[in-house]
Amino acid sequence: MYVAVKGGERAIENAHAWLAEERRGDTSIAELSLEQIREQLSLAVNRVMAEGSLFDPDLAALAIKQARGDLIEAIFLIRAYRTTLPRFGATQPIETGDMACDRRISATFKDAPGGQVLGPTFDYTHRLLDFKLAADGEVPEAEMGTPRTEATPHITEFLKDEDIIQTEAASDETPGDLTREPLEFPATRPLRLQSLTRGDEGFILGMAYSTQRGYARNHAFVGELRIGKCPVEMEIPELGFAIEIGEIEVTECETVNQFKGSKTEPPQFTRGYGLVFGQSERKSIAMALVDRALRWKELGEDNLGAAAQDEEFVLSHSDNIQATGFLEHIKLPHYVDFQSELELVRKLRREAAELAETLAAREAAE
Amino acid sequence: MTDQIAAQDRKRWLSLLATADEGQLAQLWQDSGRAPAFRWLRTPEAGGVMVRGRAGGTGAPFNLGEMTVTRCSLALENGTVGHGYVQGRSKAKAEIAAKVDALMQTDCSEDLRAQILNPLADAQHKARTTRAAKAAATKVEFFTLVRGED
Repeated sequence: MYVAVKGGERAIENAHAWLAEERRGDTSIAELSLEQIREQLSLAVNRVMAEGSLFDPDLAALAIKQARGDLIEAIFLIRAYRTTLPRFGATQPIETGDMACDRRISATFKDAPGGQVLGPTFDYTHRLLDFKLAADGEVPEAEMGTPRTEATPHITEFLKDEDIIQTEAASDETPGDLTREPLEFPATRPLRLQSLTRGDEGFILGMAYSTQRGYARNHAFVGELRIGKCPVEMEIPELGFAIEIGEIEVTECETVNQFKGSKTEPPQFTRGYGLVFGQSERKSIAMALVDRALRWKELGEDNLGAAAQDEEFVLSHSDNIQATGFLEHIKLPHYVDFQSELELVRKLRREAAELAETLAAREAAE
Repeated sequence: MTDQIAAQDRKRWLSLLATADEGQLAQLWQDSGRAPAFRWLRTPEAGGVMVRGRAGGTGAPFNLGEMTVTRCSLALENGTVGHGYVQGRSKAKAEIAAKVDALMQTDCSEDLRAQILNPLADAQHKARTTRAAKAAATKVEFFTLVRGED
């Protein structure tokens, strides 16, 4: 039996009004502008764009403000908005080799052509709270060097000549899109990468960490990490040629992994790949480690039964919007479900009590 | 051949318009004092495009995520068609881009190039060079300490 229950409209309205007031906080304190969020909380904006799977810093800033800084709620808002946008098409794959690098480091090659460029990094800071930021501090201007004018080549390109690193098979195959067709297993690598890049940073980090701690250990080095802007080109049907329709900031990580060879592959270095919207370094490295762990089958490695090797486990649980939707729905009214459970437990208790009574009576009679 | 050069040139200005700072573009357009009569072929609409990357940077394409784009098309009175495709959700920016695209195919292209495209290109070049210069200042200069044993 389905019982519809109505009511609570006024309570809901009032709750939302109070939410708006709480979101604003103390009105004697200046209100946050979207520009302030976009410019000064840019890494939060980046995370919302990456996991919301929509590159638009202004929208991400709005979502963060509306969600009171709850990033998963903000990602939810972006995902919902994204579904209302008509899809104009797909771009050509971005050329990360042409990236204008703000940061580019390699943990494996000290003297990589193009050099080790640190960029605006938290690395090497002491992680001590900076109380100058609590006051209105003037920021000294960043130093300038001689700008590099040529493109910075990928480091794996140098290893490729020696055939000592596995090459990526060139392809122009149209990739599957998990926003259009539900994900099925086994998934192709393009679908895995799409799923990982929009997956929850904490979850992907945890999975990657598990591989480092020994669950499907694959000895990853960061061959290269680069952050910067890439032009985005798309074929315009009306024009008959491709134009640059925009520019996006991305973080790319390539891991180089020790590989002793397998039944099908010679001993050589293998690769894991991470590419994420915005300056999202931790996520990008984690993505590369998990991508590498999930490639065990194509590389002829053994399935060690590790969670990070199980694509169904990883990909089915990495989406924080799916996860939060299912998790949080259990707080919504389940009165009827619960009523039937209650009836059931009462009945079982009644029967157990009756049985005990019967047994006691029989014992007394004997 | 000329068609190819023309297409190359058009690609360059459309790319410049797509990534231009909206405030600067609007100001330059206003300063140019142009208000051509036109009719809409497609009114401005905001949408998304799926941005792709490649596995390993060079391998098979995969879907990275979407970005917002606004597009429109219009025709000037003489029939010249202009298209605007710009990053983000600004209909006003797409409209200016389409008008500039159309006018760049008319006699006033050289004036427009000087009034709008060149300043946009200069601003972009300056912004890129500044970032590249800041990045260059963070490049590590390694030095090796000479050790005692030989």
